[in-house]
Amino acid sequence: MTAPAILPARGLADRLTGTFWRRPGLLLVLLITPPLLWLGVVYLGSLAALLLQSFYSIDEFSGVVKEEFTLKTYAELFRAQNLDIIIRTIVMAMAVTLACAVLAFPIAYYAARHAKGAWKAAFYLGVMLPLWSSYLVKVYAWKLILAKEGILGWAAEGTGTGFIIDGILSIPGLEGSSLSTSPFGTFLVFVYIWLPYMILPMQAALERVPNSMLEASADLGATRGQTFRTVILPLALPGVIAGSIFTFSLTLGDYIIPQIVGDSSRFIGLTVYQLQGTAGNTPLAAAFAVVPILIMLVYLSLAKRAGAFNAL
Amino acid sequence: MRSEASWGLKLAALGGLLFLHLPILLIFLYAFTTEERSYAFPPPGYTTEWFAVAWNRQDIWPPLWLSLRVAAIATVMAMILGTLAAAAMARASFFGRDQVSLLILLPIALPGVITGMSLRSAFGIMDIPFSTWTIVLGHATFCIVIVYNNAIARMRRLSGGIMEASADLGANSFQTFRHVLLPNLGSALLAGGMLAFALSFDEVIVTTFTAGQQSTLPIWMLNELVRPRQRPVTNVVAIVVFAATFVPILIAYYLTRGGSETAGMGK
Repeated sequence: MTAPAILPARGLADRLTGTFWRRPGLLLVLLITPPLLWLGVVYLGSLAALLLQSFYSIDEFSGVVKEEFTLKTYAELFRAQNLDIIIRTIVMAMAVTLACAVLAFPIAYYAARHAKGAWKAAFYLGVMLPLWSSYLVKVYAWKLILAKEGILGWAAEGTGTGFIIDGILSIPGLEGSSLSTSPFGTFLVFVYIWLPYMILPMQAALERVPNSMLEASADLGATRGQTFRTVILPLALPGVIAGSIFTFSLTLGDYIIPQIVGDSSRFIGLTVYQLQGTAGNTPLAAAFAVVPILIMLVYLSLAKRAGAFNAL
Repeated sequence: MRSEASWGLKLAALGGLLFLHLPILLIFLYAFTTEERSYAFPPPGYTTEWFAVAWNRQDIWPPLWLSLRVAAIATVMAMILGTLAAAAMARASFFGRDQVSLLILLPIALPGVITGMSLRSAFGIMDIPFSTWTIVLGHATFCIVIVYNNAIARMRRLSGGIMEASADLGANSFQTFRHVLLPNLGSALLAGGMLAFALSFDEVIVTTFTAGQQSTLPIWMLNELVRPRQRPVTNVVAIVVFAATFVPILIAYYLTRGGSETAGMGK
């Protein structure tokens, strides 16, 4: 027992280690500063620039951005044509979210409560691969599917079910020469692209429903339907809401899908893109981009009240 | 609870999975079609000539290199920043912790069009010209959270005991990081990096706002989709883009499978 209890510092690294040990806050600050600086400057800075830009206006004659504070640009959002765009986007986002929830439920339920072993892994990969694989390629695939001469039209012709497609295309508001130029096509592609974002949180929520509760429900005489309605559904709801945050938010901002599939009626994202690009009206584009932020803030506060954040 | 699922549920679940996968398979079929003008199904004939045609198209290579370069730089930056953030957030509790985690999550939680438009406004106000770096700036920002999610999940699972043991045995912080933390963290970081690369390589929404006149491979593809020139060549490029995202995802999955933190849960 001749060695001293405290070893002498062997150099700068040892001394620094001692300092970190004595003052753990210092290490924390050193670690968090670079990412915080990046996100603070690049991201929050940009968001601030967006806000600033939205309070500017554009000179109607010269088309030059006037860098003076004004609410005129926001007032333009309330013109009938712009309100139309906002309402159309919100209705589409709600429809997509609802359809995703309905389609996702059986997949999430089966994966969470029935699939075991290799099947469970298959289900997991089966949802994760479409989630992460190329967004643009997936949209493109639907262009192939929905085209008049594409696989859907071919299948409908072969089975004599072409009247279903014609029926959908004759519904007022969904008209088009084929599904790929109808708003219904836009809706289909949105549902397809965002579906995995709904499945994963739903599955996570369903996996947390304890079996004992279902057994208790059955012991107390509930039918399967009653157990589903009064036990499973309320417990899965936070997962559904968590998923809906993604499907809703992503639909609100997307501008690629309505550009490629559909009747080229405008959505918020597409309007932002066109205003800053060809039209050169950056202030109005910025004001339009603030709309989804506001909608999502309201949505998130409602979701928080429903306890969705525990399921994220 | 009944252990056997009803037929209806099985059918609906399987149908849902097929719905998710069949469209992607179709792309592979169309890359071999002899039909150049339309999306006719079934293809009137099959050929492999489009792969050679695509290979010889000079307008595809520069976007491909740009995409690879941007994805590589953005991934490295995101791995450094994401790991630092995860190391700070894993165990510590401090004032404003929730706000910081929200800030990390925000670039991916808000629609891409907002991130893109914000960056575009900032570049405009500060008179920053578009370059490779303006694209990288946007990509690195939304890739941080991907690496962060993977790293922090692994750090939470690591027992704090091994770090203390390393210190007790006389290692300083840097030796502990090099010989204890990094080997344990390695596969999670690599998985995060793979996913970040896949996300960046394929990104188009933010990129259109930060690229100016430059063209990444997804932007090239988007232009072809809006104004098609040689549809089968686009199909071949679609397969390349798909493979460039698919392979890293599979690797990420195998690197982290079996753990509670399997990669890809939080895009």
